[in-house]
Amino acid sequence: MQLTVNDQLRDIDVEDDMPLLWVLRDELGITGVKYGCGIAQCGACTVHMDGVAVRSCQVAAATAQGTQIKTIEGLGTPDNLHALQDAWIEHQVAQCGYYQSGQIMQAATLLDMNPAPSDDDIDAVMSGNLCRCGTYPRIRAAIKTAATKMQEA
Amino acid sequence: MGRARTIARRTFLIGSVTILGGVAFGTYLVKRSLPNPLEADLAEGEATFNAWVKIDADTITLITPHADLGQGVVSSQAALIAEEMDLNFGQFETSFGTPSSAYYNTGFADGGAPFMATDESFKADAVRSVLSGVLKIAGLQGTGGSTSMPDSFDKLRHAGAVARETLKLAASQQTGVPVSELTTRSGAVILPDGISLPYTSLAGVAATVEPVQDVTLRDPSEWRLIGKPMQRLDIVSKSTGTLAYGIDISVDGMVHAAVRVNPRKGDGMLSLDTTKAKSMRGVSDVIEITGGVAVIADNTWRAIKAVNAVDVEWGDAPYPAEMEGHWKTLDDSFTPEHLDSTWRDDGDVEGGLASGTVFEAEYRSPYVAHAPLEPLNAIITVTDDGAEVWAGHQGPGQVQIMVAAITGHDVENIIFHNQYMGGSFGHRLEGEFIKQAAEIANQMRGTPVKLTYSCEEDFAQDFPRQIAMGRGKGTVSNGQVNTFDLSIASPSVFASQGGRSGMAVPGPDATIAEGAWNNPYTIPNSRIQAFRAPELAPVSSWRSVGAPSGGFIFDSFLDELIHQAGADPMAERIRLMDHDASRIVLETVAEMSSWGGELKPNQGRGVAFVESFGVPVAEVVEVTATDRGIKIDKVWVACDVGTVIDPINFENNVQGGVIWGLGHAINAEITYSDGVAEQTNYHAHEGMRMFQCPEIFVRGLENGLKVRGIGEPPVPPAAPALANAIFAATGQRIREMPFNKFIDFV
Repeated sequence: MQLTVNDQLRDIDVEDDMPLLWVLRDELGITGVKYGCGIAQCGACTVHMDGVAVRSCQVAAATAQGTQIKTIEGLGTPDNLHALQDAWIEHQVAQCGYYQSGQIMQAATLLDMNPAPSDDDIDAVMSGNLCRCGTYPRIRAAIKTAATKMQEA
Repeated sequence: MGRARTIARRTFLIGSVTILGGVAFGTYLVKRSLPNPLEADLAEGEATFNAWVKIDADTITLITPHADLGQGVVSSQAALIAEEMDLNFGQFETSFGTPSSAYYNTGFADGGAPFMATDESFKADAVRSVLSGVLKIAGLQGTGGSTSMPDSFDKLRHAGAVARETLKLAASQQTGVPVSELTTRSGAVILPDGISLPYTSLAGVAATVEPVQDVTLRDPSEWRLIGKPMQRLDIVSKSTGTLAYGIDISVDGMVHAAVRVNPRKGDGMLSLDTTKAKSMRGVSDVIEITGGVAVIADNTWRAIKAVNAVDVEWGDAPYPAEMEGHWKTLDDSFTPEHLDSTWRDDGDVEGGLASGTVFEAEYRSPYVAHAPLEPLNAIITVTDDGAEVWAGHQGPGQVQIMVAAITGHDVENIIFHNQYMGGSFGHRLEGEFIKQAAEIANQMRGTPVKLTYSCEEDFAQDFPRQIAMGRGKGTVSNGQVNTFDLSIASPSVFASQGGRSGMAVPGPDATIAEGAWNNPYTIPNSRIQAFRAPELAPVSSWRSVGAPSGGFIFDSFLDELIHQAGADPMAERIRLMDHDASRIVLETVAEMSSWGGELKPNQGRGVAFVESFGVPVAEVVEVTATDRGIKIDKVWVACDVGTVIDPINFENNVQGGVIWGLGHAINAEITYSDGVAEQTNYHAHEGMRMFQCPEIFVRGLENGLKVRGIGEPPVPPAAPALANAIFAATGQRIREMPFNKFIDFV
């Protein structure tokens, strides 16, 4: 089958039910997307499917066919940062950082839907993404900074 | 601390630090300088001055041997070296280095000595000094106990100064300009005429000169980096998905493995049927390993799916199958034969108890999982000559020893590449996953094997935080706490951990009543006793070890007695405090939170103070009792680490520690049924999510004499401060974690 990941068409030979997470990580070598729980409880595997944040551990490979998949690598790079990544760096959000790819991808969907989210809006959309290190105060601040900058841009 | 304490020292020397057994040592060995592992593979024209700095014609590499679990110590260690070397961030690379006795952790000596951290007497320091020598011989290179900064602070600044002065000497030899006329700035030696010689250009000459050892460290007033906000070296890669954690590493030709071992942590398998697993796509083999079974496949998901399809009948647990049996064991352990140590016995406790109405209370602290979000993983290649390991681990030397034992190779032939970790919280002090990967790789020599745990296997195999039970008896008089008699029973975490690692653990286990006996209060009649319960489910160090339980029990009981006395919780703690830096911490958090100010209806505030790892921490939690349950509004934290290395990372660590402490106190526990942990993933062991996260205000004080670590100390006061706040808001006293068994949270 074929998947479109970060604007590239990729050939894969996998079972229909292999989760997109493992297609990306093990078959395509895209490791910015993380394995945490495997049951949609932690959000570490969050990617965009047709522009919407999904838990890639719950999306079967067959379901992902014909959609546009974007991972953190497709959102921005160290040399060409997305506004959220820039804000994540400015606020030094990460501790272990393992969850931050998923947090950033979730936040990107939030700002797409709601360019000026309130604290309650942020809580509502971001509470599916665990952070065991406890960086939530900085995630909130970084989302607000990014929202402001994106609105000014 | 003027008040005398009675400490039962079954052994004077060691307290509870785990030490390799049977080591003979003497002054000569202790004073002998340690080997420099960087010399081993030094190329022509490369210079190394000590075990932390290596320079060649292109690159300056700083070795940061402490593992980075997320606490940011790669940056903090590098900053200490760079400060003295006049290097800026961006001018060097870092490496975790290779395991070596050169990187022994002196910080463990402080925690292991049976003295209060606030005890700065000659005797206490003398014992710490002896312990430090023992640790040097044992080569205990580890990360834990919030010791990275205490261990590194002088050592790495010294290493940087040695490098700086040696580079100046090299520049002097090259140019003929006397050393006294040379300065350093921004990665270069500066000549009197302003010409700048980059360190990298001096590497060849520096390699030929004897390192200058007589160096002077910079006065704090000259610091450019320490104490100033830094941008963590890993922040860009962690914000762009470009940092490779252990789980992201791949090695050419590797196969994927998944394991299931006995969830009852007992004697392996009674029966096994691998037929279905062997027939599944991508599976190349199914093999038996110690305690269970492993699947080898061409993809992580296929390996995990197949190992879950193996039909296994597991042996019994070597501990009670149900929780009732665990709690009964603790209940039965408050007896003289289980007394591990009487840590404090001040005044006349029996007389004090006889003098008034005795208030009694009992507290419980559950098993809790570590559950870092990156499940355990390791890549190991075993050949006939040695082995190579890629994994994130807090004890590089342990990794070598474990892999050597399984493969039969010498320790020096085990190459270990430590990795950035997606959290640990103590989980990666354990080595079962390393041993399993080594067993599998040893059965297929020449092929790199990548073992990845499923999250469910990670939960099932976790050795959680130990359970604990506390019983307090006390009296009050004239509006003051008069008698405080506290007993804490729990299994010994060091006995459990030490048993697995083959390290002898002499003496009482200071962690049983950690967070209780070491709080520098002076109460007229005060006794704190630790009772060692028989081993139950295997347990392991969990972020702040004994202190989250001991601190919860101690401070909750103190709060109850203060309320019995009718005193103000903050004022009475401050009155009883007998250590200046700790008292200032309490006064500071009172000022930050405007303690005593007006609250809204249904609001309540609680304060707690717990010293752990040498850091006094006071927290005030403010809650509102809503019709949907308790909402945690705000938290104020004051703590004293002596010197704050990086205020931004410091604040992040403190906030994270508070969230860790609160989240688990609210909703997390591991319970055993049929000998198996009932919580299999985050849906049943959640911790805090963003919607529950309060505003957290942090102030770091610098009155303490020693530099301390901040990874763990913010955790212990969070739970009792929350329980005390809930009591203040609702009148309901919660004496057992997790609190959601007794009250709802928003």
